Amino acid sequence: MMPLCFPFSVFAAEGQEIHYHAADAPSEPVIYIGNTAPIMDQATYFHGILDEFEGRYSPGKSDFRWDGEAWYGTDYDRVWIRSEGTVSGGKMGDGQQELLYSHAISTYFNLQGGVRADLDDGPERTWGAFGIQGLALYQFELQATGYVSDRGRFAGRLEGSYDFLLTNRLILQPQAELNFYTKSDAARQVGSGLSDIDAGLRLRYEIWRKFAPYVAVTYAGQIGQARHIVQGQGERSGSTRFTFGIRGWF
Amino acid sequence: MSISSRSSCGLTRRRFVTGLGAGGLLGGLPANAHAFTQPMGSLPATSSANHNLRVGRTRIEIDGKCLDAPSVGGTVPGPILRWKQGDTVSINVTNDLSESTSIHWHGIRVPSNMDGVPGLSFAGIAPGETFTYRFRLHQSGTYWYHGHSGMQEAQGLYGAIVIDPRTPDPTPCERDYVVLLSEWTDVDPMDILSNLKMQDDYYTFRQRTAASFPREAKQAGSGIAALKDRLAWSKMRMSATDISDVSGVIFSYLVNGHAPDTNWTGLFRPNERIRLRFINASTMTFFDIRIPGLEMQVVQADGNDVEPISVDEFRIGVAETYDVIVQPKDERAYTIFAQSEDRTGYARGTLAPHSGMSAAIPPMDPRPVRTMIDMGMSHMKPNDSMGSMNMAGDMSGMQMSGMSMKGMGSMKMPPLKRDDPGPPPLNVENQNVAMMPVDRTGSPGDGLENTGRRVLNYRQLRATRPGADMRPPSHEIIMHLTGNMERYIWGFNGRKFSEAGPIRLKLGERVRFILINDTMMEHPIHLHGLWSELENGQGAYQPYKHTIISQPGSKLSYLVTADTPGMWAYHCHLMYHMDSGMFRTIIVS
Repeated sequence: MMPLCFPFSVFAAEGQEIHYHAADAPSEPVIYIGNTAPIMDQATYFHGILDEFEGRYSPGKSDFRWDGEAWYGTDYDRVWIRSEGTVSGGKMGDGQQELLYSHAISTYFNLQGGVRADLDDGPERTWGAFGIQGLALYQFELQATGYVSDRGRFAGRLEGSYDFLLTNRLILQPQAELNFYTKSDAARQVGSGLSDIDAGLRLRYEIWRKFAPYVAVTYAGQIGQARHIVQGQGERSGSTRFTFGIRGWF
Repeated sequence: MSISSRSSCGLTRRRFVTGLGAGGLLGGLPANAHAFTQPMGSLPATSSANHNLRVGRTRIEIDGKCLDAPSVGGTVPGPILRWKQGDTVSINVTNDLSESTSIHWHGIRVPSNMDGVPGLSFAGIAPGETFTYRFRLHQSGTYWYHGHSGMQEAQGLYGAIVIDPRTPDPTPCERDYVVLLSEWTDVDPMDILSNLKMQDDYYTFRQRTAASFPREAKQAGSGIAALKDRLAWSKMRMSATDISDVSGVIFSYLVNGHAPDTNWTGLFRPNERIRLRFINASTMTFFDIRIPGLEMQVVQADGNDVEPISVDEFRIGVAETYDVIVQPKDERAYTIFAQSEDRTGYARGTLAPHSGMSAAIPPMDPRPVRTMIDMGMSHMKPNDSMGSMNMAGDMSGMQMSGMSMKGMGSMKMPPLKRDDPGPPPLNVENQNVAMMPVDRTGSPGDGLENTGRRVLNYRQLRATRPGADMRPPSHEIIMHLTGNMERYIWGFNGRKFSEAGPIRLKLGERVRFILINDTMMEHPIHLHGLWSELENGQGAYQPYKHTIISQPGSKLSYLVTADTPGMWAYHCHLMYHMDSGMFRTIIVS
């Protein structure tokens, strides 16, 4: 995306016209000798991160959960794969897999759009996804995504986290994910309104930047209508658990 | 606490570069004979106008880090090239690499097709090919050469150039050494850039934390004040402790290819005068240099003689050179101590009467912390200790933009043409606008303000002879240095290289460049092919430089005579800033 082109004019306080013109304003492309650009600032990069890869323990109900993403692309345009899910008692739930395209729109935010498939041991749902992702004020990581399903339903997901540096390698990270739905979907244990929360307070130690084991306290549970649905199915809704995990990226 | 765990070379090809000139002596590659007969840092006995250089990869281990380093003649640094002013030199560079290469003669005024920048000067040197550089030397002094292809420079493709003046120095020093500072890491440069794109503070392990809070509270006077400062930075989504993007976590800092523990040594006899030619050939590191126990006389900057300045310490930006003269009286060793600006490590050498001697290594200073001055918002902190200095700086900064006298009466005429981009946009590629940029040429730089030592600053640099072109500028170009640390994109005027046009100059015109640094980091700005005459208040005697440090939140200017036609590179010499967009093409025609 080309930034604002100069020249344009503004009026200074004294009423005197200032004519802005950048010496390096975009113009006819330079023909480089041997068609070699002197530097390559449009390189593509490929990274992936597993924010959560953890076992959640409590008497009688221990889960395994992952949440991660990978991207490939340039400074402006990237393709993302996001995946999260929980394996509980041999069954996989809360499996949200996404394929997104993102475009940088401001200093700290990217616009994202794509598809989400709820793939796990429950019934399958597919959604169109559209949202923003970036760094909010005071360095909060933020992701807000809206969804519309193939059945005409709407959903939303809000995710946020923050890194408190206790030392340069010991980092305390509160994190939360909230899911909203316009209509209930009992087969997926989803209720209308705020349906479920998955949150954690993770204390990680970065042995090196890309590899950090952590201990955490996590909470996962349904709220409101979803809670009634889950309880109606004879299950417990909501549990706070002691958690071990590994955060890693490449 | 190294990030990388790789540490040793393969057994069959193990080669240690630890002794004096060892790499060259052990190297199997036939190359310039001068390199092999000289210990690292010592000048070849005589100048030579003809050279055959081979660029190849050699497995080299320094400080336990092993690398197939691209280099000239199989050594890091490459051989010192000693030339003579007035000579026409001819250098055959043969590429033994499997990729294209190039050599750029940093600071040397050459025709543009000899400047060695692929795409702008020539097409590069293809594998197996030989390119002959040929140019006449109009200048003398200390310079350096380095690769300008890909990331070869970051891995070892660099070396020193010493050009003897046509008229020999009437009082030459008894000793003359090159002190070339650089970094060494076995982390691939592309991985470094990729890591920075993913996490901008990847290599920074000196950030403010809960553990450092009590100390900050004590310094700030109260916990509330310290908290407020933190919140201010956090609100801007920036870090006050961002000094160097890449740090001693992966870098070993070298003197003439020697890690601190192998201690490069320059010999002397007491009362001899020693000329030390400091060259900063690193990719990302500014060094603060001192020799405890010795006063240094700065006599040359970027190859050009300056009136001697006595200092205890000076900062050398990436790609700058400084010649200093010292005269040790005692029969003892002295440590050449070059700490990185972020204080995560140091390069170290020794001056000694006998080899094998060493002196104490001083502790590193506290790492600098950025302030609102670095953000170009000096007015927000009136009680800061630097406040008064900056008010003065502010005024001279305003003078500058309003066509200052700067020692020349003829400058009353306004320039015919002015390229002012206006304040840069806050966009994907720019994070900050310096609302109140100030003149910081009088400051030695962040972290050197209150050391109790005499530290060099730019205003002190005074050329020994008046400038060659006394015309007032007819063209003024304002360039904002911009960047987004979070995304790790750098540029000028809110654009990276691939989104900007070239800067066009008329052949022969006199141009004033005004740099406004909207970022919170220093940028060593290098203009190829033409001199940059720093407007530091020395009037007709303002210094000629090839690389100028723009301090964070600052505004400075320099004059350029566009007397050589062609396409020239203009860029920040921090390699990962250059490669993420802080680069422009200048076309003189």
